[in-house]
Amino acid sequence: MTDLTRLELLRRAALGGAALSIPGFLAACGGDDGETAGTTTGESAALASTLRFSNWQLYIDRDAKKKSPSLEQFTAKSGVKVNYVEDVNDNATYFGKIQGPLSQGRGIDRDIIVMTDNSRFPGLLVSKKWVEPLDKERMPNISNLIDAQMSPPFDPDRTYSVPWLSGITGLATNVKASGGRIVTTMQQLLEDPKLKGKVTLLTEVADTMSPIMLENGDDPSKVTDESWNKAYDRIQKAVDAGQIRRFTGNDYVADLERGNIAAALSWSGDVATGLAANKALRWNLPEQGSDIWTDNMFIPLDGSVPTASEYMNFYLDPKVAAMVAVGTGYISPVKGVKDEAVKLDPESANNPLIFPDDEILSNVVQFDSAALNNQTYIEQWQQLLGA
Amino acid sequence: MTLIHRHRWLAPLFLLAPGLAWLAIFFLVPLGFLAYQSLQSGTFEQGYTFTWQFSNYKDAITGYDEQLVRSFVYAGIATVATLLISYPLVYWIAFHGGRWKNMLLLLIVAPFFVTYLIRTLAWQNILADQGPVVGFLRDIHVLSADGRLLATTFAVVSGITYNFLPFMALPLYVSLEQIDARLLEAAQDLYASKTKAFLRVTLPLSAPGIVAGTLLTFIPAAGDFINAQLLGTPKQYMIGNVIQSKFLELIDYPAAAALSFVLMALIMVALLVYARVVGTEKLTG
Repeated sequence: MTDLTRLELLRRAALGGAALSIPGFLAACGGDDGETAGTTTGESAALASTLRFSNWQLYIDRDAKKKSPSLEQFTAKSGVKVNYVEDVNDNATYFGKIQGPLSQGRGIDRDIIVMTDNSRFPGLLVSKKWVEPLDKERMPNISNLIDAQMSPPFDPDRTYSVPWLSGITGLATNVKASGGRIVTTMQQLLEDPKLKGKVTLLTEVADTMSPIMLENGDDPSKVTDESWNKAYDRIQKAVDAGQIRRFTGNDYVADLERGNIAAALSWSGDVATGLAANKALRWNLPEQGSDIWTDNMFIPLDGSVPTASEYMNFYLDPKVAAMVAVGTGYISPVKGVKDEAVKLDPESANNPLIFPDDEILSNVVQFDSAALNNQTYIEQWQQLLGA
Repeated sequence: MTLIHRHRWLAPLFLLAPGLAWLAIFFLVPLGFLAYQSLQSGTFEQGYTFTWQFSNYKDAITGYDEQLVRSFVYAGIATVATLLISYPLVYWIAFHGGRWKNMLLLLIVAPFFVTYLIRTLAWQNILADQGPVVGFLRDIHVLSADGRLLATTFAVVSGITYNFLPFMALPLYVSLEQIDARLLEAAQDLYASKTKAFLRVTLPLSAPGIVAGTLLTFIPAAGDFINAQLLGTPKQYMIGNVIQSKFLELIDYPAAAALSFVLMALIMVALLVYARVVGTEKLTG
């Protein structure tokens, strides 16, 4: 099964959706181009004309024309256009950017933002009341969430959030830049002299610390000062030796593609799907394991609750969730996605990154959430990042 | 009108008022607020309170002395480099540019029509490991087979030099352009060699431009963080990177504010020393 066929399928699916809802389609064509959340007339009076959506790079299904079939389907169905912006590079930087207006009770011109549960920020957004509660009346599909995603610690009743996708942190190699070697352990990444200056780690503390702690024989889900220091010292040593080129967010993608870096800590779907065209790239789970995380959608203050809730409900439909999961190579939080994915692309059902098997699941852990909020660790980490 | 007629001394105040108001609102008030913040304590989660926390300053200096020193070294090298590059350039334009003068000046400023960030990102491509520049330097063995330019001190200092070149070149041009060519003729009539005429006449007369250019380059360069961020590694990070991450990522306002003040104070000291060495009259020409 080639990519083309899959894309064609997705495109047809999008067209089908558009044909089913002609009024919606017309509304989409006639809507205004402004980014402000004006309202449309008619029965969907409460919906804004545009959904403003902030997400990470390589995190939505794209067809050959770089359009997203699932978002187009949403527009066709609801009449709401989507202004989809890939402006989240890492959690801390994005949070830093939005916390100014939010702390003054102002909106950020977004209806949906996406932040990861292995950072302290989802918890902060909820505790500071910087997010709007979902309109559950519009969201019957929320019952489609898999059990494991029903009650995360930062939002036990899913009052404010809906999971987007989950993923695993691993090792990406550009074999052209690495001289043919494929990196499969953290030791190689941090110490192989042949990779000196051509390695990036992630600014996300959980994603970088977890695989190192696992290799040290420590448990990242129960961080102690000892295990923290042991892993921290290993990174510090690699930084001092000039092994580490940079700490990155999603921006590792550009350097990896160009071959400026040979190996990178990387998120599972990026290389498997988003960068699949580049044949020099490989992705591996570190031999001693790594961490698994989930990104979550929130409605920031002043975002249009009906519009965002409508979209989230649309997303929680297994058919749509399957399009996104297959298109991005990440793990869906929605029940029944596998059956739908088989229809879209039978091969994807065998992709262990989208539907992780027991072997992978036994090798990944969730990072200790208490450690994420430890002030000493936070400051030490920032110092390691070079500032 | 009559008020001004009766109290003539009020006139300059009226003229100064917009400038003073602007300074007060956009400089003094934020500066005061920053000073207030720099003496707070607490955490982002619990909020910050004003407690005369002078230790913020001590922590700022002891924790980030490395980045502070690096900022001044990088800014210093870049300033000297911009001077060495732009002096011959604008000298030629001022004395030999003829009717092309304006065109040539425009060329110096032209890169500024593109935003700072994009200009610096372009250097990422130019200096890329698999790019043509590095390829060529490897071929002629200036760089070793796996040597690189991007993510090095050289890239960061070059980036700063490139980005601040016009700030040096334009004031230099103004002071060189104003030099009366007859003075040089007079020097030669008095048997000064070309070198001597340059050293005794041209150079001293262009000193105000050198001083102005140095200040305009050095001060923003010392606080720059874009070049280190995009062209360097954590080992090249400057104090601007620390302040940026403290403000926007750690959201540790007191530490960031204290660091900003430390940076300002150090720049002030550097300027006072500089003014002492070159003499303040050079600043005003």
